[in-house]
Formats: sequence, structure tokens, C-alpha cells
Amino acid sequence: MDVKTHQFDVVVIGAGGAGMMAALYASRGAKTAVISKLYPTRSHTGTAQGGIGAALANLDEDHWEWHAFDTVKGGDYLTDQNAAETLAREAIDAVIELELMGLPFDRNPDGTISQRRFGGHTNNQTKKPVRRACHAADRTGHMILQTLYQNCIKEKVTFFDEYQAIDLITNNGKACGVAAVCIDDGEIHVFHAKAICFATGGWGRLWETTSNAHSLTGDGPALVWRAGLPLQDMEFFQFHPTGLYPVGLLITEAVRGEGGVLINDKGERFMERYAPTIKDLASRDVVARSIYLEVQAGRGIGGKRYVHLDVRPETVNRYLAEAGEDRRVDADYILSKLPDITDFCHTYLGIDPTKSPIPIQPTAHYGMGGIPTDLNAAVLSSGAGTVVPGLYAAGEVACVSVHGANRLGTNSLTDLIVFGRKAGKAMADYARQADFVPLPTNPAGKIIAEIERIRKSSGKTKPYMIRQEMQKVMMDHVSVFREAPGLQKALDTVRELKSRYQDDLAVDDRGMRFNTDLLEAWELGCMLDLAEITTLSAMERKESRGGHSREDYPKRDDVNFLVHTMAYPEKGGIRIAHDRAVDLSLGYQPAERVY
Amino acid sequence: MKVKFRIRRFNPEVDKKPYWGEYTLDNVEPTDRILELLHRVKWEQDGTLTLRRSCAHGVCGSDAVRINGVNKLACKVLVKTLDLKDGGQVQVEPILGLPVVKDLVVDFEPFFDHYRTVMPYFMPATPRPGDGRERRQSPEDRARFDDTTKCILCACCTTSCPSFWASGEYVGPAAIVNAHRFIFDSRDGATQERLNILSEESGVWRCRTIFNCTPACPREIEVTRAIGEVKLAIQRNGR
Repeated sequence: MDVKTHQFDVVVIGAGGAGMMAALYASRGAKTAVISKLYPTRSHTGTAQGGIGAALANLDEDHWEWHAFDTVKGGDYLTDQNAAETLAREAIDAVIELELMGLPFDRNPDGTISQRRFGGHTNNQTKKPVRRACHAADRTGHMILQTLYQNCIKEKVTFFDEYQAIDLITNNGKACGVAAVCIDDGEIHVFHAKAICFATGGWGRLWETTSNAHSLTGDGPALVWRAGLPLQDMEFFQFHPTGLYPVGLLITEAVRGEGGVLINDKGERFMERYAPTIKDLASRDVVARSIYLEVQAGRGIGGKRYVHLDVRPETVNRYLAEAGEDRRVDADYILSKLPDITDFCHTYLGIDPTKSPIPIQPTAHYGMGGIPTDLNAAVLSSGAGTVVPGLYAAGEVACVSVHGANRLGTNSLTDLIVFGRKAGKAMADYARQADFVPLPTNPAGKIIAEIERIRKSSGKTKPYMIRQEMQKVMMDHVSVFREAPGLQKALDTVRELKSRYQDDLAVDDRGMRFNTDLLEAWELGCMLDLAEITTLSAMERKESRGGHSREDYPKRDDVNFLVHTMAYPEKGGIRIAHDRAVDLSLGYQPAERVY
Repeated sequence: MKVKFRIRRFNPEVDKKPYWGEYTLDNVEPTDRILELLHRVKWEQDGTLTLRRSCAHGVCGSDAVRINGVNKLACKVLVKTLDLKDGGQVQVEPILGLPVVKDLVVDFEPFFDHYRTVMPYFMPATPRPGDGRERRQSPEDRARFDDTTKCILCACCTTSCPSFWASGEYVGPAAIVNAHRFIFDSRDGATQERLNILSEESGVWRCRTIFNCTPACPREIEVTRAIGEVKLAIQRNGR
């Protein structure tokens, strides 16, 4: 097969918030290309709803230190405190920069950026919720994605749209290129680069019920893994408490930020029992577990596997009055602050959320773990902090680790902007002083062989069969609650599926042009790798922390597990080590986590 | 229930001309989305069926297709809204006016080319505030262009427009919507440049106010109104 070769100083893989932010900054100092399997505006950043967290203090007293502490506590103390400091400090300037790029935030009467409450964001003195989430209605991610794409057009950033990265090319331990399929004609392209940044987002499609797009198949972490590099904290995958039942799509935490409450079958506002101070605005892991426990105790609505999210004005106003607040809402206000949520409820369930409660269930949402990086987005090859020259990662795919064991709402968007910008600057600097590492001979030979194996596969198992089985077993045993026997079952199943994927795959489309049958099958291989790593990482963490709740080890164990998990590829298998220390430089000592 | 799918197929690698592929699905629920059913056809029956999709809930704009002759996002159409009897038929084809790449996938380059011509980016009217903070904007000024900020560039409007079908030179409704988003933003200073671009032959005057674009918009943007406001701004020489 003919291979086309390109040369750029910097190549960014993925065109969501982190990728485009990195590209904007890198392209100011280096010849930069963005390759993305989707048109940039289709990226999953666009589905983020409620807000981007920054201590602007436009409405309430707030300080970056409070934001940093909330991030550490939200992460159940697995958050690296130097990363939380970077995030919270630079968030303020990052949000201002987005506004100056033209982002149409909602406004306060004085013209400043509007902010609202979100889970786990507090006034550190009173412990009450603080208004920190800067937003544009309930389509903040959409506005960020559009604004960044608009600015990329303005600054003439080079895009390779609908090119799917399928291999990371290294030479002597240095990253030197990326192989990608041009989806349109199936040709393989090699991008020779000095610096490469993964910004491919998450891998929520490992699970049956997810808020994530079909395209979130974890290609980035899988490529890094296959290049012989470790992945960090993969057992920590966030289940967002409020996915629309039964489809799983995201219902933003902003519904609760605006005053919505969770109600069980008995009509109780059950979060009062689990988080007496901030109730429905506790961290996501806490709320997701509470919903599971309510359902397990038979208090799901009609005995089913969901509860209600009630944002009807009469309900909101009743609880506002009970809390002694002056604020009251009406249906028009709810509609103006949550127009997309209203539309989702109408389209998928035929209900009006100002008149009926919304049925919700926890949904697989966000990977806290991923490709380990330092504070400048440089990828690490070991728990000791060794940097891989020329390799970077930012956004959900990266593990800085700023989210620790559980991410706070709004911090994903903050992460994209803050660390995407850092990656872009770092790559421009690196490209200025570094030379091109030569490509190895026949750089795409191995990956072409793998693609051709899939294209010509003639077994009996279609990719969707393997995918559905994987998604079911991950949902049953590697979701909100975990225990050893279930994890073992998941591991056995995933390994059996991997062998069927190797030996018995059936692909219908043998063509070159826009062959999504082939590419979906290839993506499934990425997901199977990550499912195995996630499950094994979860087995080896014998404690409960943040998004990782072990029924057989219900307590947090700071003596043995206040440390990051590193999964290393070794001899065709996986070696789990707990050899990356948690940074405690802000001095926040692990404490019991109550909300 | 049982549903029959009639899907416009064309793979230029093997087909001399397009044809209708027919597929029957059992156990269809009224709440199933058309996207899920297209996936079932692809996954269970014929892996060569090709379509774009990503978020599956109407936000990313990937899966615009013609369902029973009307432009829709496949992920936003539920079976029950199509008034089907058991064994009823759904027809799915690519959106019109853009070249077909394969099956339901069209070439988006001409669409994005038009988008890029209208300066779809912020050109600030004033320098950065000296205090290092955000530019201020009143809630009223912000509300002025709220509707057109919702656009997801799915092309449902542009490919429902007979003027666009008649001439691909026309920038089309989506590009005008995105120009409107900046023309009516009080912070922006490039109104006149955009109005000049849109008063050219390929611009707003190709719009014959047919109104196809407004019902086609899955984000419920009042597209025709936005185009009308741009026409008015050109006549007034400013917003």
C-alpha cells in the first residue's frame, strides 16, 4: 500500500477543546497540524452543558485556593495538589481568554460573566455552595467548541478532518510520528513530527449506559499503551449521577445548580441523608452511589432502576424557602437557563421538565485516569516522572492528575483550556529547540498489516456482538460498585472477547472508501485493551476512594493506597504498580470526606 | 413492531448508480431513535451501510439525513413520531445538494467552504480591557444574538433550501446564521465587512424566503428570521 508522508513541527490528534486550544498556541510558534476522526465541531466537548469552573468571584466571594481545595477534596485526596493549584489559578485567566476570543457567556446585570452553583464547589469557610460555574445557558461546551474552531479558522490552523490516528510511531523511545487513515479514501498517511499531542478525549463507550458519543472509544490511550507506555489511574471512571433514563444521555448538574432536587419513590429528597450540608450538590461519586443505594433498597421510582430529578418551579421554590433563600424561580427562568435539557426531555421522553420530574440514572461519563503527564502536559513513561521526549497529552485523555479519584463538575472544561494551552506552549518551545527524530524504516508497516487483517477477517463474530458483551460486563461489574468476584468475571470475559476479536472477527466491508465497518472494528480493539487495563487496575486497588467503590473494601485506605495506579505493558501482559506518589504540596492532608 | 427500511445506497467503488436497499427490522420499540435502527441494520445485517454519527443526542450535528423526505438528525427522530403501522416503511436518504461520498455520507467541504467565507469569528470592536478582565456586555445585548449561537453546523437548513439546490454558489442559510451570530454581537467590530460579503451575488439575496430552513433546524433556530435581519441590516448599512 502507498503511504503518503507529511512533515509538521507539531501534530495534535483530536480537535475538541484541548486539541484546538493546544493547536492555537502551538501554531503561533511552530508549523502545526490537527488530525481528527471527526469534523472539529462534532467533538464531544460540544456536549458539555453546565459550565466551566473559575473563581471569578463575579457574584459570590471566591478564591482560587477554595477552588483548588474543592478539587482536591472532590478527588478524594488522590488529586495531585500542584495540578489542582495550576488548574484553579489559571482557570480565571483561561475563562477571561475565552471571553476575549468571543465566547458568548451568559451575563450578569453589570455585564460580567454569569456564574452558578455546581456540585462540590463551595465557600471553604461556610461550606455552602458558591457560584463558580461560568456558563452559556446549558450549552457551555458547545460555545467553547465553536469559539475555538472559529479562532482556529481566524488563525489559519491546518486541519486534517476525518483522518483517524491508528498508530503512534516511536524511534529509540522518542515519539516521532503518527499513522492515520484518511477515512474518505482509506489511504494511510504518516505524519512525521517533532512533537505530538494526544487530545482524543474519553472512552465511555466501554460501558452499556453512557453519556459519551459513539466516537469515544479510547483510541488515544490505546495507541500510547501499544507504544509501550503506561496508563495511570484507569480504575477511576466517573458515573455521572443524572443520565436520562433509559438512554443515558447527560442531564447537566446545572439542573441541581439551579435548584433541582433528587426524589425517590417515597417522595423523599434522599440526598439530605447522604450529604446533609450541600445535599444534591455533593460530589458526583457521592450522588451516584446514593442513587444506587436508593434503587437497591427498593426506593427507585415504581421499583425500577431510576429516581426523579425534579426541577419544577414549585418544588425548587419550596426547597429554596426551606433553606431560607430569597430567590424564587418560574418556568420561564428554568427554560432560559436550561433550554437544551428541556429539548432533550421533550424529544426523548415527551415530557416538560417544568411540569414533570425527569427520570434519571447514573451514566458512564468521564475518565479521571489516562495518559500520565506532568504539569506541562508532557507524557511520562514511569511513576518516577520520566518524560517521553516529544510526546504530550491534554484534556480527558490525559491524567495530570488533577481530578484524582473523582472529577468535580465544570472542571473538565477548565482542564481542557488550562492544560490544552500548556501543551500548545510547551510543544512550540520544544519544536524550536528539537530536531526531527528520523522515522524508522517502513514506519506504517505493522499497522497496515493489522488494518488489512481486520479488513480481510472472515470469522463468525461481528464486532457489535463483542462490543455489546464487553459493555454489559463492564456495566454489571466495573461501574459504580465493584467487588472481587465481579471484577474477576469481567476480566475473564474481556480476555475471552479479546481472543475472539483476534481469531473470529467478521467484517463485511472490504472496501477502501469511508469504511466505517473496518474502523469501528479497529476501535473495538482499543476498547478491549482499555477494558482489561481498567478491570485489572480496579482489582488491585483494594480500598474505596472517589469513583472506585469496592463493596469488599468499603473504606478508604490512605496507608496503602494514597498513591496513583500505574499500569505498564509488559511481555504482552499488564503489570500493575502503585509507584507514582500523590503530590501534597498545597498541604491539604487527607481528611474524612463529608458534604 | 416490525419496520421496513428503504435506504438510498451508493458506493462509487462498486456501484454504477445509486439504488434503494431494503431491510426489515423486528422488535422495534416506539421510543427507538432512527439512528439506533440504522445501526441495527449496519451491525446486524449489512456492515457496508455507511453513515456518520457521534453524540447520538442532537448536539454534534453529524447525522443529518432525509427521513421520509424531510431533513432531520437521525438521533432526534423517534419511531413513534413517524406514525407507522406495524410493518410500516421508513425511507432514509442523504441530504440533498452536496455530493454523495458513500451511502448516507455526503461531502461537507463545500458546506464548510461557504461557512469560512463569512468571517465566522470574533473581530473585537474595542481593545482588551486594561484591568485584565472580560469585556462587559449587557444581558439585553447578549440576548440579541442568542438564537444563532445555537447552530451546530449540521447542514439541515442549507440542504433543505431550494435556492441552494439550484446553485451551490449560494452561501446558504447556515453560513448566514453564523454571520448573524457576529453581526448582532455588540462586542464585534466587523459588521460592515460581513454585510459586504453577504450582499454579493452569492449572499443573502439568493434567499427567496421559502422558509424550508426554519422547520429543518433541529436546534429550532429561526433561520429565515435571521436571514431577514441580515437583509435588513444590509439595507440599513449596519446592525
